Amino acid sequence: MSKQYETVIGLEVHVELASKTKIFCGCSTEFGGEPNTHTCPVCTGMPGSLPVLNKQVVEYAIAVGLATNCTITQNCKFDRKNYFYPDNPQNYQISQLYYPICRNGGIEIETGGIKKTIGIHEIHMEEDAGKLVHDPWEDCTLVDFNRSGVPLIEIVSEPDMRSAEEVIAYLEKLRLIIQYLGASDCKLNEGSMRADVNLSVREMGAAEFGTRTEMKNLNSFKAIARAIDGERKRQIELLEMGKSVIQETRRWDDNKEYSYAMRSKEDAQDYRYFPEPDLVPIIISDEWLERVRAAQPELRDEKKIRYKAEYDIPDYDIDIITGSKHLADLFEDTIACGSDPKEVSNWLMGETMKLVKEKEIEPEDITFSPENLAKLIALIKEGSINRSVAKDVFQRIFESDIDPESYVEEHGLKTVNDEGALRTAIEAVVAANPQSVEDYKGGKTKAMGFLVGQTMKAMQGKADPGMVNRILKEILEQA
Amino acid sequence: MDMRTMTALELGRKIRAGECTAVDAVNASLGQISALEQELNCYVTVEPEKAIERAEEVQKKIEAGELTGPLAGVPVAIKDNMCTTGTLTSCSSKILSNFVPTYTATAVKRLEDAGAVILGKTNMDEFAMGSTTETSYYGATKNPWNLDRVPGGSSGGSAAAVAAGECFYALGSDTGGSIRQPASFCGVTGMKPTYGTVSRYGLIAYGSSLDQIGPIARDVSDCAAILETIVAHDIKDSTSVDVAETDYTSALVDDVAGMRIGIPRDYLGDGLDPEVKAAVLAAADELAKKGANVEEFDLNLVEYAIPAYYIIASAEASSNLSRFDGVKYGFRVPEFDGLHDMYKKTRSKGFGAEVKRRIMLGSFVLSSGYYDAYYVKALKVKALIKQAFDRAFEQYDVILGPTAPTTALKLGDNLSDPIRMYLGDIYTVSVNLAGLPGISVPCGCSAEGLPIGVQLIGDSFQEKKIIRAAYAYEKTRTWGQPELAEGRHSK
Repeated sequence: MSKQYETVIGLEVHVELASKTKIFCGCSTEFGGEPNTHTCPVCTGMPGSLPVLNKQVVEYAIAVGLATNCTITQNCKFDRKNYFYPDNPQNYQISQLYYPICRNGGIEIETGGIKKTIGIHEIHMEEDAGKLVHDPWEDCTLVDFNRSGVPLIEIVSEPDMRSAEEVIAYLEKLRLIIQYLGASDCKLNEGSMRADVNLSVREMGAAEFGTRTEMKNLNSFKAIARAIDGERKRQIELLEMGKSVIQETRRWDDNKEYSYAMRSKEDAQDYRYFPEPDLVPIIISDEWLERVRAAQPELRDEKKIRYKAEYDIPDYDIDIITGSKHLADLFEDTIACGSDPKEVSNWLMGETMKLVKEKEIEPEDITFSPENLAKLIALIKEGSINRSVAKDVFQRIFESDIDPESYVEEHGLKTVNDEGALRTAIEAVVAANPQSVEDYKGGKTKAMGFLVGQTMKAMQGKADPGMVNRILKEILEQA
Repeated sequence: MDMRTMTALELGRKIRAGECTAVDAVNASLGQISALEQELNCYVTVEPEKAIERAEEVQKKIEAGELTGPLAGVPVAIKDNMCTTGTLTSCSSKILSNFVPTYTATAVKRLEDAGAVILGKTNMDEFAMGSTTETSYYGATKNPWNLDRVPGGSSGGSAAAVAAGECFYALGSDTGGSIRQPASFCGVTGMKPTYGTVSRYGLIAYGSSLDQIGPIARDVSDCAAILETIVAHDIKDSTSVDVAETDYTSALVDDVAGMRIGIPRDYLGDGLDPEVKAAVLAAADELAKKGANVEEFDLNLVEYAIPAYYIIASAEASSNLSRFDGVKYGFRVPEFDGLHDMYKKTRSKGFGAEVKRRIMLGSFVLSSGYYDAYYVKALKVKALIKQAFDRAFEQYDVILGPTAPTTALKLGDNLSDPIRMYLGDIYTVSVNLAGLPGISVPCGCSAEGLPIGVQLIGDSFQEKKIIRAAYAYEKTRTWGQPELAEGRHSK
């Protein structure tokens, strides 16, 4: 390859909002109900039904817009996007084309120590579609409208990204902002966050953009990175061969690591957008905007500064802990239960992250409660359990959120710090290992370690190691 | 007493006074239905058993003092585009010919709560698209004054049923004149309220930004009482307005002294039948004799109203009717090859010609490259028409004119010429575009014995002004038309 190419990427990110009810009716948005149990005449497109806007959806959209430095459209409207598909019960989607709720924003990302702002063209609100389920027995397709009307925002970036790294950094930043706002859990694998990648390449230094393609079906950050590299290569190869890139929508198959064309621009649909006559314009007053602004929670950048000042923990730890809204909540809630911040940070950075990696889950999926971590830390602090027992107990907390106090009690894991009992056990060990005692006296300090180990074994690991050392030394001196 | 000629309010009073029962009233309507329905075809569905059962229940509640309203026990007919739980709601279309809703339109629900007894669902132009009730999948309704004539439309079944005594009053819907024009053709009173006054929840949409439910009845008093019953702010309809003054019956006062009434010159020009013109101007004279200040003025923009209306209504309809696809409910062709073929065949066979014409027209004006030239321009015309009315209402309390340019047309005359049919809406569509209230009141008969209607238009939410003017005019009526149209053929 003689020429140098630049990749130009813009993203369209769909995020399912966390409102309890749907965008235009009172049905539940809960994931995973029996088919068509979270439905009503409105979200199944029955004749005569009318949409009524859920205010919570508007507030989430405003919150995301403010957190991404957008201008809020204080007089915004919904439009109808017309297209026929069976998962779309009205055969039009209520969306926003002409007056989206947020415009002209941007967020700062950092890759390889370099900071850069990625522009946000607009954020608009819309309704999700239902889901088609193929019935192999009857050889027919069924429609489940539970997801129909679940609120979405679509965040459309400017074509400001130049690499997969920048795309991942942008998505991670966006995801964190939205999670911090509580506007969505943003799970790519469950579809509550979906990203479509618009990509084109051009010769380095060219003024014009190349022809772009849109890639769909990207279900993880890794798939996004692979799809970007794959599509970049495909487009460069076409250009090198003197062919041109066709403007089209492509579907990424992450197993085959290959994308194939879904539809080209020529057969692109005419959505016949027009203002939704069943909904009145949304007037966002200055007061309403201020209320949402005032209710914005502390975002990551603010949190980082506060953690440094308040808890004095290493920057690296702060970065990891604030890297997940759930981890940061866990951190603060455990401290609120009375635990020492450094101790909490150590448990989260050490054992917690180790288990997260082992179990191949995300920090957002951690299920244990701050109360139980706080209790565990308290048990160590008061000397009720030693650190090695604590690690085992923590694993149980991590797995099934057990109450460490009753667990330690029931399993008899409390440290034995009854001096009499320990002394008896050590005397027995000393008596049983005369050779080691000789060795110790002969200056072989290693023998001491062996005797401690034998004692711990006899005590089933529950002895306070400091106490064992002290008593053993006393007995050996006397012997 | 001949119960059949009573107004809804008179009947309600007699039922409450114990002079007759709700069951007697239902039987009177059902008797008239069995005598005339075969010829008139006012109804898509009549439910006699349900109606009698309901009348018995309502009668008990009236006797127990639980129902005291003016319409308690009075039988009503509902246009077949309003959803009624458990009763076929077809919009007179094949595509909904098996659709039984699980919910009831808010306006109908409010009537039921007031003790109304529903007789059945009335015939209409398919999806309310038409001015003759001839586009119905269930066949045309005939004008009870002359069986060779159309009853008007699209609420033709409702208007004809009221005129023929097949019910005491009815609900219609009006997108471009669909209450007022059939009321005019059938010699009854029909009112379209200000957009947003009556909830559209449960009304199967044609042109969402124009549709409005309203009463069709024997006189102005009935219309006022019905409107008072169905009006309400409805959280299920985002375009529903919380109207401050809804005591419409308080406007039933025979006094128009000093009322300023304007007649648009544009409404008296070419295309207006001379007999209609004479009757309408005579009605204006009656009001002038009662002390109203009546004068002619230029409203302007009237010629743009029809194209703007057909662009906006068809655009909305093309989208509103896309949900009828054979997937979820309604008619689906039994044989097809894949999804697209199913869509195509179901919609080709499920919709009639006029509906398809408007879907195509609407899809065209919204398509990319034409949107600005047609739809956006039509919205601008709509705004200009509203401004023209706003200026007029600075001068006048009420605008008076004909409801339709002619009396009832012959059956079949318009079907072959849609443009001619569209032009028949000339005096009614501007009112919908501007969202205003309008009422059509009978004002005489043609030499052929066909009813003529005068239309009174008010400013937004000024229903009381037009009710007052209509009531005062109604008090002067002297022409000798029988109270009840009994269906006859012209010689």
